[in-house]
Amino acid sequence: MIDRPHIDWFALAPVNSLLAASALALLCAVLVPRPWRKPVTAALCALGYATAVGFAIALYVRSAQSHGVVVDALRRDRLAELATIIVAGSGLLATAISYRHRWREDHVGEYYALLAAAGSGMIFFVGANNLLTLFLALEWFSISLYILCAIDRDRLGGLEAALKYLVIGGFGSAVLLFGMALVYGASGELEFAAIAAAGRENDTLLLFGLAMIVAGLAFKASAAPFHMWTPDVYEGAPTPVTAFMSAATKTVALVATLRILVTAFPGDADVWTVAVAVIAVCSLVLGNLAALVQKGLKRMLAYSSISHAGFMLIPVAANSALGGRALLYYLIPYSAMSLGAFAVVAARERELGVPVTLENMAGFGWERPLLGISMWAFMLGFAGFPLTGGFVGKFYAFAAAYRQGWTWLVIVGVIATLVSLYYYLGVVRAMFMRSSGDLQLAPIGGSPPREPLLQTAVFACLVVTVGSFFAVQPLIDLAQNAASSLPF
Amino acid sequence: MTTLLILLPLGAALVIWLLPLNRVSAGSLALLAALAEVGIWIQLVARFDFDRGGLQFAQQEDWFGDLNVSYHVGVYGFSVWLIGLTVVVMAAAIAYAFWAGREKTRAYMGLMLFLTGAVVGVFSAQDLLLFYAFFEAMMIPLYVLVGVWGGPGRMAATLKFVIYTMAGSLLMLAAIVVYGLSQNTFDLVEIGTSSSNWVFLGFVAAFAIKAPLFPLHGWLPDAYRESSPEVAAVLSGVVSKAAAYGFLRIAVAQFPEPVRDFRDPILALAAIGLIYGSLLAFRAPDLRGVIAYSSLAQMSLITMGVFAVNDLGLDGSVLQMVNHGLVSAALFLLAGMVERRTLTGELGRLGGMARGRPALATLLMTTGVIALAVPLSSAFAGEFLILAGVFRHGWGWAVVGAVAIVLAAMYTLRLISAVLHREVGPAVSDSALDLRPAELGVVVPLVACLIALSAWPAAITQHSFRGDRPQADVAAQFR
Repeated sequence: MIDRPHIDWFALAPVNSLLAASALALLCAVLVPRPWRKPVTAALCALGYATAVGFAIALYVRSAQSHGVVVDALRRDRLAELATIIVAGSGLLATAISYRHRWREDHVGEYYALLAAAGSGMIFFVGANNLLTLFLALEWFSISLYILCAIDRDRLGGLEAALKYLVIGGFGSAVLLFGMALVYGASGELEFAAIAAAGRENDTLLLFGLAMIVAGLAFKASAAPFHMWTPDVYEGAPTPVTAFMSAATKTVALVATLRILVTAFPGDADVWTVAVAVIAVCSLVLGNLAALVQKGLKRMLAYSSISHAGFMLIPVAANSALGGRALLYYLIPYSAMSLGAFAVVAARERELGVPVTLENMAGFGWERPLLGISMWAFMLGFAGFPLTGGFVGKFYAFAAAYRQGWTWLVIVGVIATLVSLYYYLGVVRAMFMRSSGDLQLAPIGGSPPREPLLQTAVFACLVVTVGSFFAVQPLIDLAQNAASSLPF
Repeated sequence: MTTLLILLPLGAALVIWLLPLNRVSAGSLALLAALAEVGIWIQLVARFDFDRGGLQFAQQEDWFGDLNVSYHVGVYGFSVWLIGLTVVVMAAAIAYAFWAGREKTRAYMGLMLFLTGAVVGVFSAQDLLLFYAFFEAMMIPLYVLVGVWGGPGRMAATLKFVIYTMAGSLLMLAAIVVYGLSQNTFDLVEIGTSSSNWVFLGFVAAFAIKAPLFPLHGWLPDAYRESSPEVAAVLSGVVSKAAAYGFLRIAVAQFPEPVRDFRDPILALAAIGLIYGSLLAFRAPDLRGVIAYSSLAQMSLITMGVFAVNDLGLDGSVLQMVNHGLVSAALFLLAGMVERRTLTGELGRLGGMARGRPALATLLMTTGVIALAVPLSSAFAGEFLILAGVFRHGWGWAVVGAVAIVLAAMYTLRLISAVLHREVGPAVSDSALDLRPAELGVVVPLVACLIALSAWPAAITQHSFRGDRPQADVAAQFR
């Protein structure tokens, strides 16, 4: 008889509620008659995410003291719970965005099941406290995402994207796994805090392992030079999936990076802060320059997400409580802007039935004011204009870099922001300053589809984006509590 | 009360955007809000204690405490006048837009009101980050106002405008991060002076682009030509003053040592801009071009006054900010009215409009005469003070300034004669009417303000700084 460890089921509740939703949705995909399948599975998925949000909030409130769960395989702390709230919130909105998507609906049940499964994997990932659970969770949500990218089998682009994601993602995972093996070899430990306690700083083997772990996580965060899958996958995947990936995957990858670097490798901080800063600069330069020349809106947003990986790695490189706070704050408006922007793209896509380019956004702002103004706010937020949380996020990131003594990183960030203005404002220009008469495309016909769910989701994103500018203090308090679970 | 001045137009903008109003009710509501704003400002002037000076009507709320950033607003003597300029010019611009009938009225009026709130915010923010937020918030409506309702070349004009100004603002953001974090507060009232040249230059870059100063004026002619007349009036009359205000409130007051080091280069740029702008204005082929380049010259003159950093120069520059704001707003609106009648702004195709159009002739003549700083006009008072101020710093600067005033007379008279006198131009038909009552209602208040200021320029010069001692007030960072 093996001794069973004590299990804190409450801490696992968000993961489990999503797993339950996923399992039920899979059952329904077989058992429920076809006309009811979509509403039932979507409702289950949404319910799972909503429950996860609820549990995560309750856990956040009751986890002032962080502690391990399941023999320290996972961590129950406010960092994990804040990330869970962001992920589950994104999932909920992604469900709403997906509902009216135009695709072949013979596998719609499986779609919602996988969406819930991906979310639960991500929540597991941000709580991971040793290398094995980290890897397990990574594969768990990645495999779900690979399939989600390919779920619309009629579109070749989707299949190509999924294959690319699978191959490059698999490569990234392999790098990560190899790095873990090296770290284990050097320190003899799997648990993050124990790796730090093993005191093998500056061990060559450990440094190699650290480098590979950083690279593996940078693949997931789509930071340059590990970003090459991002544009193709973001473009090819069904837009609601892209929306979910851009918000949630980035959040969990950055949070996990912050956790593992700060908890497991504090002794090598002088090495990894520089490495992360270099990755941040690469992402800023590459993402921004490439985004300048994009015609397709999804591709442009993909490069913008690469450059934002750079922005959000700046506070990680600062390696301070202020940096942690900056990252966690920034993730809140960033997720909202990213989800919202892709949701607007999805709406336009459904209207026109063709891939959305800058050209065919012409006149959109006047035709559908709510979506147009929201998109305007998201673009201004990405560009770091005031009246959006993007401004405060960038300000905090710069402040963290400056406190660390990295004024040059602030300068790079400022220049990158300036460059980014060109393409973000390009979207606004297309939406508001050109009339739809310029457009040589016939819409599918009739008035634009009424999509209350999508519009509600976009509106929610708008509220978060703008609200986070005004309600900085409460959100910073949230982020501060979350960052204090890490040993800065 | 300061907060009310900021929030009233923003609230009105939201109402106009959200309610399904028709053209007339949206315009009336916007005009009503703009006039209410003027009313509140009159209350502000009446209750402002000019003898005491210093920051008044201040209000402070926490925004985010861990970096000591707060919502802190309040007004100084000189900000009272700049806010007054803002509300008056914005009311005139909104009235003109309402009368001229812009498409998509609700969006347009809302954006104008939003802009009003943002500019008033710039003039009253007492926290660096809040100042930056308002400074940037001005860009959001301007971008759309120029880009959507502008002329045929509007796309290129807006792009240039935005890239120029954002380049400056982002340098300022970097400077704010460095300055605020090194002083551990962003509160302008509490923050100490800094001797960092780089931080100073970050701020100066932003203001020099916004003003604009030579050689950063590349965006100016296109933006002023392509936007609608009332937006051009607001841009040159009000928005450029945000930069002059920044020079005065932040650059000069918070960076005494860098100002000493960089005063001569900045004065030199201003002097070049003054002469260069005046010459370009003299050669410009169209109405708006003349006013745009004269604006470059005038802003350079104001900058000279600020960087003289003595009693005369500072007093004169505040007075001249208000003067120039009113003059250029009136001129741009008049230019719009002329263009509306003739469908062109080319000076070569205009002419002889004075005959049979007494109101237009009188107003354009009056404004022009004030613009060229005829003695007894308020602009004369302002320019004289500025010249006297820079004379104390070095007589050469005053010589440059005096030459520029001669040039100002040349380009202004050229403008007036090209529109009003000479033989009747090909674009001027007999059916082009004199100014309508509504148009008079828009321009006459601006000109009346100018005449009032001409009669009593001391209203501003004696009521801008604590104890009427500008240099001491600046040296004490207005505390």
